[in-house]
Amino acid sequence: MSLDQLPFRTPATVTGIDWSRLSEPDARRLRNLGFDEGVRIEALHGAPFGRDPLAIRIGRMTVAMRRLQAQAISVEAGGQ
Amino acid sequence: MSTYPLIAVVGNPNAGKSALFNMLTGARQKVGNYPGVTVERKSGRLYLADGRPVELVDLPGAYSLDPSSPDEEVTRDVLLGKQQGERLPDALLIVLDASNLDNHLRFALQLIALGAPTVVALNMVDLARRDGLDIDPVALERELGVPVIETVAVRRRGGDELKEALSASVGAARRLRAGDGAKAEDFAAIQRRARAIAKLVTVSEREVRRSTQIIDSIALHPVAGPLIFVGIMFFMFQAVFAWSEAPVNWIEALVAATQGAVAGIIPDGLLRSLLVDGVLAGVGAVIAFLPQILILFLFILVLEASGYMVRAAFLMDRLMARVGLSGHAFIPLLSSFACAIPGIMATRTIEDPKHRLTTILIAPLMTCSARLPVYGIIIGAFIPARSIGMGIGLQGLVLFGLYVLGVLGALVAALVLRFTVTRGAPRGFMMEMPKYQLPRARDIAIGLWSRTLIFLKRAGTIILVSTVILWALLAFPQPKPGETALDSSIAGKVAGALEVVVRPIGFNHEIALALIPAMAAREVAVSALATAYSIQADDSDEGSRVIEDRLRGRWSLPTALAFLAWFVFAPQCLSTVAVTRRETNGWKWPAFMLGYLFALAYVAAGAVYWGAVALGL
Repeated sequence: MSLDQLPFRTPATVTGIDWSRLSEPDARRLRNLGFDEGVRIEALHGAPFGRDPLAIRIGRMTVAMRRLQAQAISVEAGGQ
Repeated sequence: MSTYPLIAVVGNPNAGKSALFNMLTGARQKVGNYPGVTVERKSGRLYLADGRPVELVDLPGAYSLDPSSPDEEVTRDVLLGKQQGERLPDALLIVLDASNLDNHLRFALQLIALGAPTVVALNMVDLARRDGLDIDPVALERELGVPVIETVAVRRRGGDELKEALSASVGAARRLRAGDGAKAEDFAAIQRRARAIAKLVTVSEREVRRSTQIIDSIALHPVAGPLIFVGIMFFMFQAVFAWSEAPVNWIEALVAATQGAVAGIIPDGLLRSLLVDGVLAGVGAVIAFLPQILILFLFILVLEASGYMVRAAFLMDRLMARVGLSGHAFIPLLSSFACAIPGIMATRTIEDPKHRLTTILIAPLMTCSARLPVYGIIIGAFIPARSIGMGIGLQGLVLFGLYVLGVLGALVAALVLRFTVTRGAPRGFMMEMPKYQLPRARDIAIGLWSRTLIFLKRAGTIILVSTVILWALLAFPQPKPGETALDSSIAGKVAGALEVVVRPIGFNHEIALALIPAMAAREVAVSALATAYSIQADDSDEGSRVIEDRLRGRWSLPTALAFLAWFVFAPQCLSTVAVTRRETNGWKWPAFMLGYLFALAYVAAGAVYWGAVALGL
């Protein structure tokens, strides 16, 4: 499943990132924020009016991200 | 200062870098700009444990040496010795957030690989402990191969140990190698090593429900979140008026007393007129708004330091996406409420060039503090100070309305621009949301102090000079018998020509006159009006020096409202034009900005004037 489908408050693990779906600057930002295979991740909040963007916990950091970019990230609930 | 060794303070955004920099340098800071770019260069002097002075420079926060914004580019270029106007640093002070090690170690590893003498400040260890996280600094030191010092910058802990470690490191044989980049190791490998080290040095990690998540579940709640946001914004703008009332009165009384004293000492004549009607009336009218401007800055600094600002950007992203922007644009735009210049500079954090250009073009529509003197005078003179219930004053409500008008104008302008001149591919919104923190009074005070200095410098230079020039243009040539001073003066003649253009939107001769010097800065309109009416007034008027009283008798309400509407849109600020030129590398965009904003101002003022006249106001 992709990150935008992950239910809130469900710890998950990143299984893959489809870099080709992201623009080059978005991909660079995502990498710089530490997104990588095997990283633990959790969707915490969605903004009002459509639950977009999402607040994603990665490691001990929280990152805001739109659903469109979250679609490029494959996750598996649980893990590790 | 430039002969002292240079230590660069580097780290991720939100690592507490600025607090650490403030702790080490105190108020002895110099804020400047890198040549050619508008990225702020903050530096300060520090005496090491062995007494040697060094220069500390606070580089913009970055995530890696692979920059994704102009800000991060400066950081990389300084570290690689490629930044014009900056020497290659002699040593690095890396700031790490102890509670966010795996993310921050990535950049730290890249930095250490550069080969300079390096000290690591393991910052915010108190917050990490509160989060149930114990880091072993000795193990971290072993893994990184450089000294690691635990610090809590906001509590000023660890400063002496840092100075100690820096004295040992500065002057060591290792040197930053200019020009070689981050290609030493590939990024994925660094990523994994960072995670491995973070795991290794973490002694214990309890899963605790962190306070940040609890606050976020309220602040970002689908219903409560927007309500809290609107509440904070409304409270902020009410406070600007309510809290400033007393100090504004003190300053006005002080200015009036000084005018009286000067008038008592200096005999009637040109010199007295210059000092009393020119300098004191003009500059005094502007200084009186310092309290309001400081209160606004106080709120912005607190919102930023607490971490709420990014949440506001998160909440606003959807709305900004509707007009083709992203939540990124919100922070520069909110800064623009204080002043468009730092706002436009803050757009450097926006990655997408088209988003950035759009944000620059709409930034002057945010109600900056220079408009407060103008709004304050008009609202004070024409809007009755009565309550409309629930502790809300009518004056504050009108002020809020003016802010809203500016914001709506900006949103519509952004939408139109994104469909026309700044059309481009859509981009995502990705942003770290820092932990909530209690803002430290000291950091806020340092921020407020530097704003005060900037404002007073403006009052002492641009505003003083344009006020005195205007006074001269108003005072000469002296009127012949049967002529008023205003009509005979040079300024009066120029204003007469402009008046033809602005008469249809309800403006009178004095407004036309005030608009000319206000091109330099909006608040000059107030001092210009003060000067114009001060010179116009005969001596029987001596008692009432307060500008509000004079306006009340001379302007109709539709004229006053049209004047307010004009200033919502009019780009009357030379500094904004200059900074736009610098940021967009040419005259094309500042010229475009002037054109579209003046057109908007004219239409808005006209619509308000005729609307008000039709309503019989």
